[in-house]
Amino acid sequence: MAPYESDEATGAGQDEDLHSGRRKAARYVVPVAVVGVAAATIGLVPALADSGSPDLPKISAQQLIEKIAKSDVQQLSGTVKVSTDLGLPDLGGLESSLASGAAQGGDGSSADPTSKLTELVSGTHTLRVATDGPDRQKLSLLESGAEYSLIHDGKNVWGYDSKSNEVFHGTAADSGKKHRAEPPATPKGFADEALKSVDDTTSVTVDGTAQVAGRDAYKLLIKPKQSGTTVGAISIAVDAKTGMPLKFTLTPKSGGAAVLDAGFTQVSFAKPAGSTFDFTPPKGAKVTEEKKDESRAPEHAPKSGEDFAQGLEGANVLGKGWTSIATFDTGAKGGLPSGSEGGAFGGFLGSLGDHVSGKFGKGTVFSTRLVNALITDDGKVYAGAVTKDTLVKAANEGK
Amino acid sequence: MSRAEALQAPAAPDAAAGPGRPNPLWTFGLLRSELVTTVRRWRTLALLGVLAAVPVLVGIAVKIETRGGSTAGPSGGDGPAFIAQITNNGLFLVFTALAATLPFFLPMAVGVIAGDAIAGEAGAGTLRYLLVAPAGRTRLLLTKYTTVMAFCVLATLVVAVSALIVGALLFPLGDLTTISGTRISFAEGLGRALLIALVVAASLVGIAALGLFVSTLTNSGIAAMATTVGLLITVQILDQIPQLHALQPYFFSHYWLSFADLMRDPVYWDDLVRNLGLQALYAAVFGSAAWARFTTKDISA
Repeated sequence: MAPYESDEATGAGQDEDLHSGRRKAARYVVPVAVVGVAAATIGLVPALADSGSPDLPKISAQQLIEKIAKSDVQQLSGTVKVSTDLGLPDLGGLESSLASGAAQGGDGSSADPTSKLTELVSGTHTLRVATDGPDRQKLSLLESGAEYSLIHDGKNVWGYDSKSNEVFHGTAADSGKKHRAEPPATPKGFADEALKSVDDTTSVTVDGTAQVAGRDAYKLLIKPKQSGTTVGAISIAVDAKTGMPLKFTLTPKSGGAAVLDAGFTQVSFAKPAGSTFDFTPPKGAKVTEEKKDESRAPEHAPKSGEDFAQGLEGANVLGKGWTSIATFDTGAKGGLPSGSEGGAFGGFLGSLGDHVSGKFGKGTVFSTRLVNALITDDGKVYAGAVTKDTLVKAANEGK
Repeated sequence: MSRAEALQAPAAPDAAAGPGRPNPLWTFGLLRSELVTTVRRWRTLALLGVLAAVPVLVGIAVKIETRGGSTAGPSGGDGPAFIAQITNNGLFLVFTALAATLPFFLPMAVGVIAGDAIAGEAGAGTLRYLLVAPAGRTRLLLTKYTTVMAFCVLATLVVAVSALIVGALLFPLGDLTTISGTRISFAEGLGRALLIALVVAASLVGIAALGLFVSTLTNSGIAAMATTVGLLITVQILDQIPQLHALQPYFFSHYWLSFADLMRDPVYWDDLVRNLGLQALYAAVFGSAAWARFTTKDISA
């Protein structure tokens, strides 16, 4: 090749000019090629990564459910991605200010697990879980530049919010029910709730195999047989070796993106490092002790996606299976909960819902992609993973 | 291939005046003179001074705010990452200072230096003299890019060291709690601080390459600096618009704050790896674009 790096002084013929012009243009091929290779890599690698379905021995749905029930994973660590898309109106800052307002109403600590886990209700979150036997668990909610950790170590339950440097401390004895042995946000927690609802109103099939977090898994497909529910299907990926649910996906009947998608992106069944569960409050951190006498009302509990199956505590349940509707009386006249938020907020809520009327009187229906709720003007609430019409019908019959 | 050509080019007989074949030491000489010229500029010193002042400001502000025993920042935990922990451990001032400077101050400084690299020489009429020496354009460009990257490391270390000194003077030091709630020793904390500084410096590689490419497009140093800093601001704004979420993973600034993941225990690598990969991609694309432009353009000044 001719020297063209420092040959400006050299006189070049016409032909050479033409050549070098072409060669100059050719140099721009390099950055374009780099972009092309990068785009191809970004496009192809994920496609190659979930390289179809692994070959696993055939298994019946019944056997698979038994496998899940028998699964006894004591030691585990991994990363879970939870995406929730309930189709709630995006309230942006308002939503978080309401959540923090509720937290302040509780006991004012941002490290309180009940207020913190409410955040999981919308958006995409990355969680880390680690388990070593029934006495030691850790659940961390990864935030940008901060982390919320919930650590259960023997008798102690610690919540640590690194963003505000606040600590919440409870004891496992009196809070054992709330801080369940298994963190509720993992695919296993969701799967257990879903399998509870398996009865004659449900069809359960094995829907092939898949790769989840680099492990071979069976896919269990749960479909409601009844009409009138908003649940389309639930798909659970079950680890072929351990029977541990690795991924849980709930799709609504209306189609579109999954309402709830929780799955491991990385999982290991090795014993987590012991130091993972050690926690001493850092110097200067504000420590809030759990109040023993306080009757923590269930409405403070995280209303996460598991509610769809178990209904609200203390509520009457109408119907059965997938179309069951929880109903309770708020006792509040005027239809909308007139809590601490005040009337202006109630009016704002009212504008979000659809107004309906029937034999039961008048009311407002609040719709999400999964759960619909009807609040009548005399203060009764009907809620369930059912369509609006089913809700109105139930309210009419309930009258 | 380009390196090989650069080596062969001056080997032509007309290069008799200079050393017959530039040896690697000569390249170091070029790099050294570039580094010294860059660091000695008043402009560079002023930029580094501004960067060093940020941790001092943050440290004093936190000290004053917490004098009455209250916690730093609003209780909701707003403000730069790690700010609530500074009062317990001065080492956290390093992380807070880096989190506060990385979105704007650091890349702006790098944009100024990178934008000036070629265009500044062209504007001052010194570029042709640099090329008269048997260096070759590719080699000059590589030297310039190395200088800019050295400035990235220098600027990050200036912030980190200034923050460490202020943190040690104003706040206690000792074992620290990671954001995952586990405890690590002070020595390990220092190690992580150094690692974080290096990751922050590496996060600036992308905008350095972008600035260098812009710098080869124009003969006005001011124009190149303004364009680079303007691009930085534009990308930072676009990164905040939720409707563009499909594009955002490809913005060079998108994973910048992932360096905080090094303070988790165990370290969460996913976003860190994505960040470094993205920076390498920007360096490859805009570095080669700068090479294509610079080795073919007419140098008139």
